[in-house]
Amino acid sequence: MSELVRSSGNPLMDKIRVFAKSFGLPRLIIAGFLLLLFIMAPFVGANFFTQLSNTINRFSWNAVLVLSMVPMIHSGCGLNFGLPLGIIAGLLGGTIAIELGAVGAGSFWVAVLLATPFAVVFGMVYGFLLNKIKGGEMMIATYVGFSAVSLMCIMWLLLPYHSPNMVWGYAGTGLRTTISLEGYYLKALAGFLAINIGHLSIPVGSLLFFALLAFAMWAFLHTKTGTAMTAVGSNPEFAKAAGINIDKVRLLSVIMSTWLGAVGILVYEQGFGFIQLYMAPFNMALPAVSAILIGGASVNKASIMNVIIGTFLFQGIVTMTPTVMNSMIHMDMSEVIRVIASNGMIIYALTRKSEVSR
Amino acid sequence: MKNRKTGYEAPLEKISPARKVLGFARDNTVPLMFILICAICIPLSGFSVNYLLAEIVTRISRNSFLILSLLIPIMAGMGLNFGMTLGAMAGEIGLILVSDWQIWGIPGMVLAMIISIPISIGLGVLCGKIMNMAKGREMITGYIMNYFINGIYQLIVLYAMGVVIPIIHSSIILPRGYGIRNTVSLLAMRQSLDNLIAIRINGVKIPVMTFVVIALLCLFIVWFRKTKLGQDMRAVGQDMEVARAAGINVERTRIISIVISTVLAGFGMIIYLQNMGNLSTYTAHSQIGMFCIAALLVGGASVDRATIGNVFLGVTLFHLMFIVAPSAGTALMGDSMIGEYFRVFVSYAVITLALIMYETKKRKASSKAARELALAQKLEEENK
Repeated sequence: MSELVRSSGNPLMDKIRVFAKSFGLPRLIIAGFLLLLFIMAPFVGANFFTQLSNTINRFSWNAVLVLSMVPMIHSGCGLNFGLPLGIIAGLLGGTIAIELGAVGAGSFWVAVLLATPFAVVFGMVYGFLLNKIKGGEMMIATYVGFSAVSLMCIMWLLLPYHSPNMVWGYAGTGLRTTISLEGYYLKALAGFLAINIGHLSIPVGSLLFFALLAFAMWAFLHTKTGTAMTAVGSNPEFAKAAGINIDKVRLLSVIMSTWLGAVGILVYEQGFGFIQLYMAPFNMALPAVSAILIGGASVNKASIMNVIIGTFLFQGIVTMTPTVMNSMIHMDMSEVIRVIASNGMIIYALTRKSEVSR
Repeated sequence: MKNRKTGYEAPLEKISPARKVLGFARDNTVPLMFILICAICIPLSGFSVNYLLAEIVTRISRNSFLILSLLIPIMAGMGLNFGMTLGAMAGEIGLILVSDWQIWGIPGMVLAMIISIPISIGLGVLCGKIMNMAKGREMITGYIMNYFINGIYQLIVLYAMGVVIPIIHSSIILPRGYGIRNTVSLLAMRQSLDNLIAIRINGVKIPVMTFVVIALLCLFIVWFRKTKLGQDMRAVGQDMEVARAAGINVERTRIISIVISTVLAGFGMIIYLQNMGNLSTYTAHSQIGMFCIAALLVGGASVDRATIGNVFLGVTLFHLMFIVAPSAGTALMGDSMIGEYFRVFVSYAVITLALIMYETKKRKASSKAARELALAQKLEEENK
């Protein structure tokens, strides 16, 4: 990397430049921006601990969704813009769990269990498709996700759900757009071992659950199959020569991503408190994609650390900008800043030359 | 007929009519599917022929210009230009400014177009440059560019307008003193192009002038294909490396194709909005790219090949489906929402299908080329 940077004569400047180059300038700007927000927060009257708790809470909702990007990036399938497919599996699991009468925190595990077969089947079909169209994954993934979401919009209306807590009151059929999880798996994870000291509240259970999945992912990537997956993503020719069945490995990675997406949305819901149906999964892929990219991942490289850093930075900006910006300039520009920063990050990643040619 | 697989003489086989039909059906899956959907939905919807005809004519005049703007990047091998929304935003900025200046009718439209040109060119150059950095991923890059530029558009329209860019008219600006309202009424401009020369046949209004403009654009595209630049674009679309070897500035040619598309999309958006008569400041452009691309694909275009015929067939079939789906859904399922969701689903499914067909075709072609090469090498060795 260093030889790419023009020397300026000043060793310190060079070091900074090399660092900026390897870390990525956009990433640096975003991290600096967040740091600035945290520093500014007390001055504009926002409580530091409240802000930190908000950020950590939102981190715990979204981290698994971001983690679901990892397997597909590793196997060279690119950024999983087809995340809505996994989300739909999770939504099916959640709604069926409620329909079957599961209550309390246990319903979360029922939902995970029920979502699994859907995620596996969807993942298999999706993975099979992606194997047919190597090289064009990202665009097609986006539209597969969209098609699935809009097809499910029809399904949510037609599927025979009857639980009075979920269907429209006056018609008796068709699921509502938002379903409250009060009495079901609301805070199923977040409530476990939760720490509440003054303004600081930490959902330890959710974080532990994420840590468990992240550790499992890390361990998996170091198994034989996991190494094969990385090989397929970073150097398909080499992987082929080494006798790895590329299609099979890619299929596995897609199934894993889809399943993690399903679990991810259930974790999100237990923190957020509502199941959102219909068009809601539509816009959930882009934040997850940009989060992992902000964390330092590229189109074909991602680590658990990228997930953690990225989710924290992204959610930090999402939670901090409204409060700080509002009190500073009395304009709520947070939404616009989020849109520009997150999509700018994706464009940046897409324009980087990936190390391998397909 | 030469057998392309081996490059060897094959017995001259006659293509049977049955196979011809099958081949035609395979090449035109999407349009045929749509004709079928429309054939089922039209009787179910219970609309009169006259009503449908009037609606279709309006929609063709409203959307064709926008869809035509997609053709040139396809020619240059850059795929479906999801970044056409950038031009649409430029057109909207033009319209917002002229409505603030209270310049209406045709002069207003022309002025809006003139304002949109430099913005479109700027955005087009930016988009083209970024796409050049992401070769092979043009479509997804263009698609994300939409969201990115949409953020900047919001920044300008919601925060800068009224502060940095003077906006005075109270019907346009938000009461807080800066930012544009959710809808900008273009009532005084409504259908000013459509009504310039309009004839009514059997109650169906035909906006002749709009069609003249669309025809002029078609002529421009036909002419453009024959120019040096157009030929260059086709060469770049065929094979970038070969084009480069032939001395064509590939990067520049690709940027120009995106710039032309963006500028045309800006004009198209202005024509579209003068027909609608009001501008939803923050949402008008959000779906326009998707609908235009879906319509083009419904007309039988693919990612690497699209003709003017595809545009008109597509816009007709796609919008026919769009008009009849909700009421057909009501008749069939007793719920109009199902029809609404159905047409959204079909739009996405068509794009998905077209993208998949394109990618599989590309892979087949490349593996076929590899096989041919291997065979040729083997033969060479045998001949030694």
